[in-house]
Amino acid sequence: MRARILVRPKEGILDPQGQAVERALPALGFEGVANVHIGRLIELDVEDPSRLPEMCERLLSNPLIESYEIEEAAK
Amino acid sequence: MATVAPGRASTEPRYRQLGLSDYEYELILERLGREPSPVELAMFSLMWSEHCAYKHSRRLLRRLPNTGPHVLLGPGENAGAVDVGSGMAIAFKVESHNHPSAVEPFQGAATGVGGILRDVFAVGARPIAVLDSLRFGEPGQSERSRYLLERAVAGIGHYGNSIGVPTVGGEIYFESSYEQNCLINAMCLGLAPHSRLIRSAAAGPGNVLVLLGALTGRDGIGGASVLASAELGEGDAEKRPSVQIGDPFTEKKLLECCLELLDGELLVSLQDLGAAGLTSASAEMASKGRVGLDIEISNVPLREPGMAPFEIMISESQERMLCVVEPERVGAVLAVCERWETLATPIGQVTSGDHLRVLNHGRPVADLPVHVLVDDCPLYDLEPVEPENGIYPASAPVLHGGEPETQVLLTLMRSPNISSRRHVFEQYDPVVQSRTVRRPEQADAAVLQLGDGSAIAVSIDGNGRRVACDPRRGAAEAVYECAANLACVGAEPLGLTNCLNFGNPEKPHVAWQLTEAVEGLAEACEALGVPVVGGNVSLYNEAPTGPILPTPVVGIVGKLPDAETAGRLGFARAGDAIALVGPYDPAYAGSELAKLRGAHVGGELPAVDLQALRAAHAAVREGVRAGRLVSAHDIAEGGLAVALAECCVAGGIGARLTLPGGFDLFGEAPGCGFVVSGPPEALAGFTIIGEVGGEALEIEGRLKLSVSELQAAYECGLPDLLERRC
Amino acid sequence: MKVGVIRFPGSCDDIDAQQAAARVGEAVLLWHRERDLQGVDAVIVPGGFSYGDYLRAGAIARFAPVMESVAEFASDGGLVFGICNGFQVLCEAHLLPGALLANTSLRFVFRQVELEVVRNDNPFTATCEPGERLSIPVKHTTGRFYAPDDQLDALEQRGQVVLRYAPGNNPNGSVRDIAGVCNEARNVFGLMPHPEHAVDALTGSTDGLKLLQSIAAHARQPAAAA
Repeated sequence: MRARILVRPKEGILDPQGQAVERALPALGFEGVANVHIGRLIELDVEDPSRLPEMCERLLSNPLIESYEIEEAAK
Repeated sequence: MATVAPGRASTEPRYRQLGLSDYEYELILERLGREPSPVELAMFSLMWSEHCAYKHSRRLLRRLPNTGPHVLLGPGENAGAVDVGSGMAIAFKVESHNHPSAVEPFQGAATGVGGILRDVFAVGARPIAVLDSLRFGEPGQSERSRYLLERAVAGIGHYGNSIGVPTVGGEIYFESSYEQNCLINAMCLGLAPHSRLIRSAAAGPGNVLVLLGALTGRDGIGGASVLASAELGEGDAEKRPSVQIGDPFTEKKLLECCLELLDGELLVSLQDLGAAGLTSASAEMASKGRVGLDIEISNVPLREPGMAPFEIMISESQERMLCVVEPERVGAVLAVCERWETLATPIGQVTSGDHLRVLNHGRPVADLPVHVLVDDCPLYDLEPVEPENGIYPASAPVLHGGEPETQVLLTLMRSPNISSRRHVFEQYDPVVQSRTVRRPEQADAAVLQLGDGSAIAVSIDGNGRRVACDPRRGAAEAVYECAANLACVGAEPLGLTNCLNFGNPEKPHVAWQLTEAVEGLAEACEALGVPVVGGNVSLYNEAPTGPILPTPVVGIVGKLPDAETAGRLGFARAGDAIALVGPYDPAYAGSELAKLRGAHVGGELPAVDLQALRAAHAAVREGVRAGRLVSAHDIAEGGLAVALAECCVAGGIGARLTLPGGFDLFGEAPGCGFVVSGPPEALAGFTIIGEVGGEALEIEGRLKLSVSELQAAYECGLPDLLERRC
Repeated sequence: MKVGVIRFPGSCDDIDAQQAAARVGEAVLLWHRERDLQGVDAVIVPGGFSYGDYLRAGAIARFAPVMESVAEFASDGGLVFGICNGFQVLCEAHLLPGALLANTSLRFVFRQVELEVVRNDNPFTATCEPGERLSIPVKHTTGRFYAPDDQLDALEQRGQVVLRYAPGNNPNGSVRDIAGVCNEARNVFGLMPHPEHAVDALTGSTDGLKLLQSIAAHARQPAAAA
């Protein structure tokens, strides 16, 4: 399976990157943008998808500061 | 091919599309006795580009003095090197990465640093310091220039910090003429025992050619000829695929790997892959060694599938080196590389004869006599013509001539070319490797200890505006100012590296600027006895609006015998006397004040009393070494008033001075004047002009400003312009 | 006293840490692939950009073979000292609490900062006085210390906050100005500032030497931590 993992900063943690982008967009003429958060995308081919949560917990994300979401990507 | 710009007639012959002239192509036909294959044509287009071959500058550069008692490696190697005592050598060089940085400033600046680092460890030296000289358009007026500055600084920091080499100094200038053509010049110094210095000449037919480092991809295909030999115009967005992407982590491993290979004496020669990638690296190695090389490109490890032979030969993928290894040593080499997680692949061998052959699964796709590729490139004479009028527009005035001198001084202190660069250098690590004795803003030059009690000093300097006024005198001033910076920390110059950043040399006025500037550099180097051990030329820095200011940038490395006595620039103790040292004859022409007043770029620069200048440099150097001088600072932009203000701000203490009536407070004479402080008896023989003390800078009858007010202007100037909270 | 300084691919301040530690004892390098800690009394996990800071700073280094030995060494009470990237590695390895995030400014920052010693009842600040100021440089992009509020309260209550940035000196937005923390057993310590760059008057302050001297003094005592 081709898996796609979205890693996001945990709710409530200061996300200065997201804030910087949120400030930059209006300056370029894009109004009505709020709540910007920046995370990371990891894509991989995996034979045993049941092991993905463990991969996320141990390496691909840091559960103290990040949340993750696993989805199947089109190959 | 990526080198074809859209819209250009596809009926143009391919050699023209690749940047070769009709004359050059005829020469190739004549020398080969046949038409070149597509791979060969691509190789010629790069090796015979201005960027690789220095067609318009090579003859001129022969004017520069390059010998001296301390010189170990001169021009022509990956980096120059000088002896610094105790069996140690410092290798150093400066290089430009102007055109790539205008297109993608973060990666352009980062890979500029990566490239110069490789040049230094390619001669066997461990990189111990980086400096950078940056030039952009006016930050107050141009969002693009603010963007370029921020991204270039971030890129330099990213690469230098990650690889563990301290960035210890540099300079930043803003002039509207750099708006379309920013200048990114990166300098690197490395340390090596003499025995580890290695040359790049390939040798020993039968020896193995090994490629080290990153995989080869399509980075920078055609970059050298497309970007660096052509003036930037519209539609350079599609040139973006030609920009290289750097990875400092890979280079860190490559660096440690190469140094370990050299310590183990496992290599015959070493060469880094820079502009024109495998083509130039192999051609240079073969040419220097007067041998041939066979390259089997199907062995080159690729990052992308299906790369054409010519792409593999001209790829500018970063973080790669080429070495020559005796067959019985290849196993040991591979073992060291494996330990450092660095890819190492035999891709060819040294041959007798004089041909560079490129084979694809054994089938030749290129077979060129080395000398045709390297030595037969035509060199062009410049046709210099002095312009009748100034060719640069004046800046919009910020001062109008009636202001009180306090206001003039504050305006200068917060002006973009003078105000503190703390916002920039705080983004660099200046202390990794534990050698740094003087950090930015502590002294006029960076100082690095060598471990035997002595230290080296280094500074990088240039001034386009003054060179535009008078290229010969302006270029000489860059050398004198750089040497003066070294004198202020107690160092004696050992060698110089230079980067010549100019416009299109085929235009007579630019040719004149270049010719005069090289003459000025030569004269100054001869006057100071400082050899030029290497350097770089960047031409065609021109936009439809005209050429950049002619900008020779020089870096000088010097030595001081006792690291503990390294000089500082700030006043320190109330009661210390302050003296003015040197044949200081300031003039308004070419000064920062003239720029702020909207003066045209021109006027006569002051002549220099060379004997008195040499004596002044020696006096300051000796005074610092002997510990007689508590502080020493050379007088540069903004003249004496700014130099005094900088000494007060650095020391956090005021000064009271008396000067002869009508003394020019803001005129300039780079390299000719110093402000020093120390106990009154230690300054006997100098012209005493005042005393350290109080909380204000006071020049009797002229101006008085509190140190805190001067500090606020100095520290907030640049951040305010970049719209950062100060 | 014998100190081992770990060397990962990408470590930058490893030699600096070795040279600094050599001022108070013997200092050797421990290659990341080796599990043998060579009988050292203390391990330093140094600064730099191990594995290019890929994925997250310290995320890959924590799985190096040598780190298995370090974890065992720590659980046996051995002294472990993480500096900057080393602090990041120890947090990722769960040998220390919390995590390091991007500086609020989103930029790399080098600055000589003042630290305040919060407590000295541990082997790392034993030669300091509570409230003492130390001048030590920071140099990092990812130095903002973070832990959820309830965990922070527990850390403070258990005396695990060892160093804070003095008022006005917080360079990265660390919560509660926290610059250095230790584990509950007080044998593992991490800080973002670089004490190995504050051991020589020629190149800066010498306040960092106190931390190394504390470790050396502890190593000379008979075993058993606080």
